[in-house]
Amino acid sequence: MNLTFATAGRVLAQLRVDRRTVALIILLPCLLIGLIAWMFNDQPEVLDRFGPMLVGIFPLIVMFLVTSVATLRERQSGTLERLMTTPIHKGDFVAGYGLAFATLALVQALVVVGFALLVGMDVEGPLWLVLVVGLLDAILGCTLGLAASALARSEFQAVQMMPAILFPQLITCGLLMPRDQMPEVLEWLSRVFPLTYAVEAMTSLAAGDEWADIRGAVGVIALFIVGAVVLGVLTLRRRTA
Amino acid sequence: MVRGGRPIIDGLDLAVPAGSVVGLLGPSGSGKTTLMRAIVGVQDRVTGSVEVLGSAAGTPALRRRVGYMTQDASVYTDLTVVQNLRYFAALAGVPAPAKAVANAVATVDLGGHEKQHVGTLSGGERSRVSLAAALVGDPELLVLDEPTVGLDPVLRRDLWTVFRKLAAEGRTLLVSSHVMDEATQCDRLLLMRAGGLVADTTPDELLTSTGAPDAERAFLALIDAADAAAARAGTGGTDVGQAGAGTVPTEPTEPTEPTEPTEESAR
Repeated sequence: MNLTFATAGRVLAQLRVDRRTVALIILLPCLLIGLIAWMFNDQPEVLDRFGPMLVGIFPLIVMFLVTSVATLRERQSGTLERLMTTPIHKGDFVAGYGLAFATLALVQALVVVGFALLVGMDVEGPLWLVLVVGLLDAILGCTLGLAASALARSEFQAVQMMPAILFPQLITCGLLMPRDQMPEVLEWLSRVFPLTYAVEAMTSLAAGDEWADIRGAVGVIALFIVGAVVLGVLTLRRRTA
Repeated sequence: MVRGGRPIIDGLDLAVPAGSVVGLLGPSGSGKTTLMRAIVGVQDRVTGSVEVLGSAAGTPALRRRVGYMTQDASVYTDLTVVQNLRYFAALAGVPAPAKAVANAVATVDLGGHEKQHVGTLSGGERSRVSLAAALVGDPELLVLDEPTVGLDPVLRRDLWTVFRKLAAEGRTLLVSSHVMDEATQCDRLLLMRAGGLVADTTPDELLTSTGAPDAERAFLALIDAADAAAARAGTGGTDVGQAGAGTVPTEPTEPTEPTEPTEESAR
């Protein structure tokens, strides 16, 4: 457990140096939400409906990219090989990264939700739940990114993992078309993707639902986080060729 | 041991005595790194047995007792020297990390650079940070993969002084190099070529047995002899029957040449 915190502290120290990345992670979602608010200035109901979804989706995408590239960098620089000769457990490594990026994700969720409210987003449901779901989405992005980075052998492949793993989820999550109108097979497919539950939870919160209505979806997101952590640990190899 | 689709080390049996500096020498691609990776327990598909300090290589208990320095400086370039060393000290579970970090910085002579980001250091300084990261956990066995490559002669001499000092404290060092001049600084020499062990000797023995004036020419003579023997036998010259690797016991298992420590460190 100590090594988890040591690793999280080390990753955060690295992030502190890289101020531009931190600024991009936190400000980019604000910029995009600002664009949408501006575009639909005359129809405030659009931001009310899609704002919470975007607050859930952007952190997931950003965190996925950042973690998969960070882990790949660790593999390529030889530091991961060195870590594997030390007493650190593979779980410490994954949890340390998760913890560090979750801290960043918390800041991101606070700033992004605050900004969305500032530009006129109106959430019917409880605001703290929007924050919680946004944070969980960001953590899910981190853990999926960690697991995905095991499949990538180069930066090019790592960057392609984002469209490969996230775009099918974006297409079927209900953002483009309500899920009950999709072809049946796609609707089934959407049920095995975590993003579907993130969007579902955010949509219900936008419509005024409470904790009791979204706890099922939140539970599924939490399960996916656990699953991705397990996958990340399993795909991390102490011995390599 | 298979790496990159071809066998790298095929039948190798050796023992490294404790409390000494053992040089692992050989040309690029001779299997030095693969052997070292097997000893620190990160090499996949090792078919033989590798025993380190009495346990099988790579067992969790060993990870506290073995320090590994990879060939490229594997430290975090975006962190400062001290931040790097503090992290590796934490990983090794050092009881007094601040003191261990200060000691490691002093050992590799990086005083004054503590707060500097590793990315802004020179190549030689970076590789010394990497060495310090291996030292900071106070390991009994240090596995150093080409620690002096690309360093100027002054630094190389200083580092070898450090290695001698660490061995005098009772630590075992396995140091790889392809600079044959460094052979004279070791207590024992393992000469590798094409995944096999060409010689397991001492610096003096190497020179007397080959009659060569220096280590480099002695090594070339040994390789020519090995190649000639292989050509006569019409095989690759390696013993396929014995798929083994190195053993690193705590106690010397073989009588080693009584080397004079003072004489060694003077060189």
